[in-house]
Amino acid sequence: MTSPDLTAAVKGPRRPRRRLPVGGALTYLSLLVASAVVLIPLAVVFLTSLKTSEEAADGSALSLPGNWFNLDNYVTAFHDGKMLTAFGNTAFILVFSIGGTVVIGSMTAYAVDRFDFRGKKPVMAGFLIATLVPGVTTQVATFQVINGMGLVDTRWAPILLYMGTDIVSVYIFLQFIRGIPVSLDEAARLDGANAFTIYRKIIFPLLKPAIATVVIIKGITTYNDFYIPFLYLHSEDLGTVSTALFRFKGPFGAHWEAISAGAILVIIPTLIVFLLLQRWIYNGFAQGATK
Amino acid sequence: MNQTTDTAPGGAAVTGRSGTDTAEAGAAGRRRGRAGRRSPAAGRTRSWRDAPLRRITPWLFLAAPLALLITFTYVPVASMISYGFTDWDGVSPDRENVGFDNYVRIFTRPELFRVFLVSGYYLAASVVQIAVALYFAVILSFDLRFRNLFKGILFFPYLINGVAIGFVFLYFFQDGGTLDSVLTWLGVTTDHAWLGDPASANASLAGVSVWRFTGLNFVLFLGAVQSIPGELYEAAELDGAGKWKQFRHIIAPSIKPVISLSAILAISGSLSVFEIPYIMTGGATGTQTFVIQTVKLAFQFNKTGLASAAAVVLLLIILLVTWIQRRLVPDDKVDLV
Repeated sequence: MTSPDLTAAVKGPRRPRRRLPVGGALTYLSLLVASAVVLIPLAVVFLTSLKTSEEAADGSALSLPGNWFNLDNYVTAFHDGKMLTAFGNTAFILVFSIGGTVVIGSMTAYAVDRFDFRGKKPVMAGFLIATLVPGVTTQVATFQVINGMGLVDTRWAPILLYMGTDIVSVYIFLQFIRGIPVSLDEAARLDGANAFTIYRKIIFPLLKPAIATVVIIKGITTYNDFYIPFLYLHSEDLGTVSTALFRFKGPFGAHWEAISAGAILVIIPTLIVFLLLQRWIYNGFAQGATK
Repeated sequence: MNQTTDTAPGGAAVTGRSGTDTAEAGAAGRRRGRAGRRSPAAGRTRSWRDAPLRRITPWLFLAAPLALLITFTYVPVASMISYGFTDWDGVSPDRENVGFDNYVRIFTRPELFRVFLVSGYYLAASVVQIAVALYFAVILSFDLRFRNLFKGILFFPYLINGVAIGFVFLYFFQDGGTLDSVLTWLGVTTDHAWLGDPASANASLAGVSVWRFTGLNFVLFLGAVQSIPGELYEAAELDGAGKWKQFRHIIAPSIKPVISLSAILAISGSLSVFEIPYIMTGGATGTQTFVIQTVKLAFQFNKTGLASAAAVVLLLIILLVTWIQRRLVPDDKVDLV
């Protein structure tokens, strides 16, 4: 997307690279309709989160809140909904699973790309075939493995699973490591560096762009994951953002203003990250999905 | 390895040994190094390459990754297959071997089999999703005002937490909720309970899935459309090709690999739907999907044996679909970024 010849084509002297086909107005109309479809459900929930419970119960869904700075529902969500604990747990899981994924993925890529050893092909095949096994299907049996380790209802269960089943990031690292010239390794080796030093001092720092991609993809998918914490973390104190929000359904029942506040609280960090890291996010997810 | 390359997922050509650009880019020095490392069997000249330490080095790096891969992917698959032939409840120490009974039950008891029909709604939805994504990808590949804003708006739903989406749309479909209010505002009055009957509930849930996942398809397609060099269009225009012909003969062929990838993701995705229906309806009013059913069998009714058999069936279907897709579309062109 950012290759030089392409940007040249876009910004070249022939001003509009390609003109719109049939009626520009219709095109814009379709874009506006799509934007409305995306934004209206979110906007309504945002409005609801600012309403008092009377306003939410009586008024129309599209009515505006009486007081735009009514943050009571957010206080309720934080306090009664245990969202603070949830953000803490999610942060804990994020740090360890992302860190683990980066180390595991880059080590695998380094070993597979920079060494020739007996059993290399079976190892590669082992990683390849694993991409075909969808995680949702195997949880019935994975649960027994985690249970056997005595990790059910601890935060280490999701951390291990996120770390151990992420083959996509192995591929992202593998693809990137190929572009790092082997001559760098060789030069370091002549200077007396061993394989571990080469990995730590040369390869790992040069993998930064790939690490950024993996951190973004892994961070967002882990933050959003519901299935794994739902299956493995039963205590209320171990709720992640997803499961804590899911528990709103019970106690807040028909209190849509509180549920809405919870949902918006969960969406805001995503929105901020998206606005800050747009370009990396588009590329990262495109890369992740095609691996 | 050749065989695994054939059945490999998307980027396998890049990762495989088939000599693509990236592999080629790895300096010639590396290739020399490789040849050097392969030959020592013949003449043992370069001592440091053959040292025992050197030989186990890659395994030191691979120890942790392989341990995790085996523990959390291969052990579960193997034990899932073996549980599938038993009547184990997941807790008690003893289990009976029941042969293929579980599989017979899955395919003969209508209530167990019906979940496959629910997948049909999601499959239909993903056709809509791919079409919509393709339309907007083509539109937004032109120079438009607010292009990046529209791109962001269309993609953002894909990033939102599934539980939050579930709640947003519970409110959306609620009696007197967002949808009813918008319809009233447009002059349509309806008191239809959107999640009230199976057909409408499944269609609504599938609609949520379109809302959520179109953004990913859109960004994938957009990347592919934009990687087409502009000169191609100019040449086509000089030859008098209209917009439709340009789409048909320039855009469509270039994005075929991505579309086929999206198709496979759509099929396996629509078979393994869980979050949205579980959060919104809990599988009530005929919205139970295959994964919801499996999770309930395993974790609510303690029928680990039956649930494992169901999971094996799903795994086999997904493998079959992937295999068919690999046969139909050679995987050497998915190379977007």
